Amino acid sequence: MGDVTHQISERIPIHLVVNGVSHTLDLVPWTTLLDALRDHLALSGTKKGCDHGQCGACTVLVDGRRINSCLTLAVMNDGAKITTIEGLANDGALHPLQQAFIDHDAFQCGYCTPGQICSAAGLLVEGRAKDTDEIRELMSGNLCRCGAYPNIVAAIQQAMGQP
Amino acid sequence: MNNFQYARANDVADAIRLLAADPGAKLIAGGTNLIDLMKENVERPTRLIDISRLPLRKVEGTADGSLRIGALVPNSDLAYHPLIEQRYPLLASAILAGASAQLRNMASVGGNLMQRTRCAYFYDTATPCNKRHPGSGCSAMDGLNRNHAILGTSAACIATNPSDMSVALAALDALVHIAGPSGERTIALTDFHRVPGDKPHVDTNLGTGEIITAIELPPPGFAQNYSYLKIRDRMSYAFALVSVAAALELDGNAISGARVALGGVAHKPWRSLEAEAALRGQAATPDHFSHAADLLLQGATARSHNGFKVELARRAIVRTLTQAANATPQSQAHKKIA
Repeated sequence: MGDVTHQISERIPIHLVVNGVSHTLDLVPWTTLLDALRDHLALSGTKKGCDHGQCGACTVLVDGRRINSCLTLAVMNDGAKITTIEGLANDGALHPLQQAFIDHDAFQCGYCTPGQICSAAGLLVEGRAKDTDEIRELMSGNLCRCGAYPNIVAAIQQAMGQP
Repeated sequence: MNNFQYARANDVADAIRLLAADPGAKLIAGGTNLIDLMKENVERPTRLIDISRLPLRKVEGTADGSLRIGALVPNSDLAYHPLIEQRYPLLASAILAGASAQLRNMASVGGNLMQRTRCAYFYDTATPCNKRHPGSGCSAMDGLNRNHAILGTSAACIATNPSDMSVALAALDALVHIAGPSGERTIALTDFHRVPGDKPHVDTNLGTGEIITAIELPPPGFAQNYSYLKIRDRMSYAFALVSVAAALELDGNAISGARVALGGVAHKPWRSLEAEAALRGQAATPDHFSHAADLLLQGATARSHNGFKVELARRAIVRTLTQAANATPQSQAHKKIA
């Protein structure tokens, strides 16, 4: 990792650990984390929806916390551990949320799904949602224009171990 | 987004030096508002100074019973901090009324204070806006101004401050700690944001080269009798049309202390010391709350589409004070308004 303090240069060396794999990238500073993942690491599972933090399609986990990858610069995340939808399954076994989304048919077109699942993974870690109202409120940063919300809530409940 | 240089500050003094060295430079912490505005070409900094790694992430009690909150504490961490939940639940509630879980995980406390209006004309670089381009005119004045301010407006600007957190901080008499080229200073949160006057491009009283280092919450925290009620077009993840932070100290049914701050109605969190004084010594009844609402809304003026806010605010003030008096604060997850 280069010392970028006071450095004035077009490209900045950035180290990211994405889904357990180390990457070093030379990026211009105006590259968002979302664009770094999609365009520079070919991890296109993370979706660009609105690109303004309003839809949640770009949600990933940074050091275990869910964030909108469209509203942060890759260089600001230098040294961070990133988990995307491609990194949730464990040795070919689906993450419980991935299985639950299949079980409950919690999507239609599927475009918001990676963001929904990464956001729900963050929600499970936070442990703040205890009932469906709280799931809905704490998932409100993820829009689904197909309107699969009831099934998304049911899938998250299943992954939470609730009936 | 424009091209810019990127620098990472080593410490607060370094950030101040870097800011002073480049008038086009901006600080970045969470980035949730600034990067959005850069994508819209509303903000075009020549340099971003990344302060996100500075050690300003502590929430700690002080000897005089206050709480000091580092400027880089993420909004979510603050809302769920045990000391905030226990001592200042009004603040926790207001934070959880705003944005989404993802944005709250990113956004810093200092950045929340610095966020800019969501006026659609401010965002639309094809239209005149005195805040974005001083002297160009205000498109909202006779445009789509349904979301706009009814208090403290000027002929130049009717934008509102979008923060929920700041509304609670205003009600709690929070202080803002600032460091700058000429040293450190502390100002009241209620003096931090400005009314637009003839300089709507200046949102705050933060000086050139200054940086927010901490927010301080003095006692009392009004942990027994408080409520934050946010009225908006959809029930989650939307900016306020009107919001109310209410906090009461009760002696039986008599009000011994009252704070009320409004969001969504002005260029800054709106308080009226006159309204709060009128509540003190009175019984906690709807009549007295209604009188306080009249005082808070004194001088309210509407444009073509936002007249509804005056009556909406009046009713929301009475409702929120009633919730506070009854110790039944509005839940931000269970949306039914008691």
